[in-house]
Amino acid sequence: MPADATITTAQAGAPAGPARRGYWSSVAERLRHDPVTVFFLCVILLAAVAALLAPVLAPHDPYETSMLKRLKPVGFEEHPLGTDELGRDMLSRLLYGGRVSIMMGVLPVLLAVAIGGTLGVLAGFLGGLVNTAIMRVMDVFYAFPSVLLAVAISGTLGGGIASGLVALTLVFIPSLCRVAETATSQIRSVDFVEAARASGAPTHSIIRAHVIGNVLPPIFIYASSLVSVSILLSAGLSFLGLGVSPPVADWGAMLSSLRQAVYVQPLVCALPGIAIFVMSLSFNLVSDGLRHAMDVKA
Amino acid sequence: MWIYALHRLLYAIPIALGVSVICFALVYLAPGDPVQSLIPADATEEDIAAIKRLYGFDKPLVFQYFDWLGRALTGDLGTSLQTNRPVLEDVTRAFANTLAIALIAVTLAFAVAFTLGTLAAYNVGRPIDRIATSISTVGVSVPNYWMGIVLVIVFAVNLRWLPATGMGATGSENFDWLDWDSLKYAVLPVVTMAMIPLGVVTRSTRSAVADILSQDFVQVLRAKGLSNTRILVHAVKNALPQILAVMGLQLGYLIGGSILIETVFTWPGTGLLMSKAILTRDIPLLQGTILFLALTFVLINLIVDLLQTLVDPRMSRA
Repeated sequence: MPADATITTAQAGAPAGPARRGYWSSVAERLRHDPVTVFFLCVILLAAVAALLAPVLAPHDPYETSMLKRLKPVGFEEHPLGTDELGRDMLSRLLYGGRVSIMMGVLPVLLAVAIGGTLGVLAGFLGGLVNTAIMRVMDVFYAFPSVLLAVAISGTLGGGIASGLVALTLVFIPSLCRVAETATSQIRSVDFVEAARASGAPTHSIIRAHVIGNVLPPIFIYASSLVSVSILLSAGLSFLGLGVSPPVADWGAMLSSLRQAVYVQPLVCALPGIAIFVMSLSFNLVSDGLRHAMDVKA
Repeated sequence: MWIYALHRLLYAIPIALGVSVICFALVYLAPGDPVQSLIPADATEEDIAAIKRLYGFDKPLVFQYFDWLGRALTGDLGTSLQTNRPVLEDVTRAFANTLAIALIAVTLAFAVAFTLGTLAAYNVGRPIDRIATSISTVGVSVPNYWMGIVLVIVFAVNLRWLPATGMGATGSENFDWLDWDSLKYAVLPVVTMAMIPLGVVTRSTRSAVADILSQDFVQVLRAKGLSNTRILVHAVKNALPQILAVMGLQLGYLIGGSILIETVFTWPGTGLLMSKAILTRDIPLLQGTILFLALTFVLINLIVDLLQTLVDPRMSRA
């Protein structure tokens, strides 16, 4: 729970006390003493920038094939990370692939936060029948293992980025909705919300002024832990042939098409998997670090 | 406690019905006419008419659903477009294979994770705790389909200790628990499958045991002069129900989410069946498998909850 304004004003009155410190600056302070989180945060930022700047950074055209230069090892001529089964430059494809893979890690979670979070706050705040209706529907989606639900939706829709996005968003909505619902119903019975209600404040302004600020940190922390899952799942869908259509580069799809070549170039074939692993690990560790720094129990 | 159990049992029914609605709706999610997705491409006019009658596509949706549900309840999940065999037959045969590796994987993961997690909880902040925490973070972060490929490179291609894929030299589809020639095909899939539960269970064991060690009654036990081993017994006894519940859930995830690992190892379970069904657009087979797996997951959750109340009566009061 964020340190609220009363504590800050109390501290401001003490002359010799520490400088006036808000919630966010104490979070930043705690992060400064956590080199692991900061390091992996930098890894994520670097990867995101590299993917965004792929057209500038990529040494080759990611779609340019070459029959003569198929499956060359790491460090071959002007291909620092070798070439794939069609002679395309691996470094360029990994950079371009990062665009799809990172986007598919973040976007479904953001959509699910918007939809699941809203539903959860409504369910938690309004309670009663609305709560029952929303939460029971969520329970049904919860009754599917996440991989199964993602494959089921994406598989019947016929694959592709859009169906993957729909599938993953649907996978994440129920759990985010639950987190939001729990946090909201806890805050609903807290004194200052009761007071606001007793003084006649309208529902939407209570939600805006009191609920959102207190519900967002747990949702944010939970959502950040889902990004890693989303990266693994979306790459998994691509790996199954349910992601981008060739020749578009995407780490999961690259891993799948390079699988046949593990006997020839094991290291080159392992590269897309390493990229997925590093991103998923980074998001996991950053999420853990933020949880500690923001002091959220979830 | 019995009232809670009854509640929980009754609650599983609407959930199962909801699951069946979603599975039913999947056919309508598929691009194109649902009739088209249910019939082979070379079907004759009579075939199409027969399918339409059989599935009742001329009736309103609600009736179609209840017809379908009625058939599903009697074990008729339709016929595979590819093999023309009843879907249920294919699914149950494959399910036995998935269950075999999932059970071994979850047992293995539990044995390792429980030891690691307990050690970590007893040594918070020390190197052994750091190692356990790192292992669990890697376990939940590693793309297991990629790790499977890496294991194949190392143990099947380079060292030649274990077979790379499949389920037997002759492509047999019957798993024999007691025969090493059959069992060795399961080693790499099992190890790969165990990664995620290993990570999750290590983490939950560490926090559950550490939580109990910080409670007052443990202080009392220490004050009474109990040895560390005796205290461990108390801690484990209190933490176990919670950890078993996590493990049960993980078993459900492994069974339902086996598609990636079974695709990597061409292990002939339900995941590979789904993978084939997606590639060949065999919608009846896909729908039947999904329904079967989702209902299995509901059942596992129910069993886990009931067992937990049985082991730990405090649960039913919560």
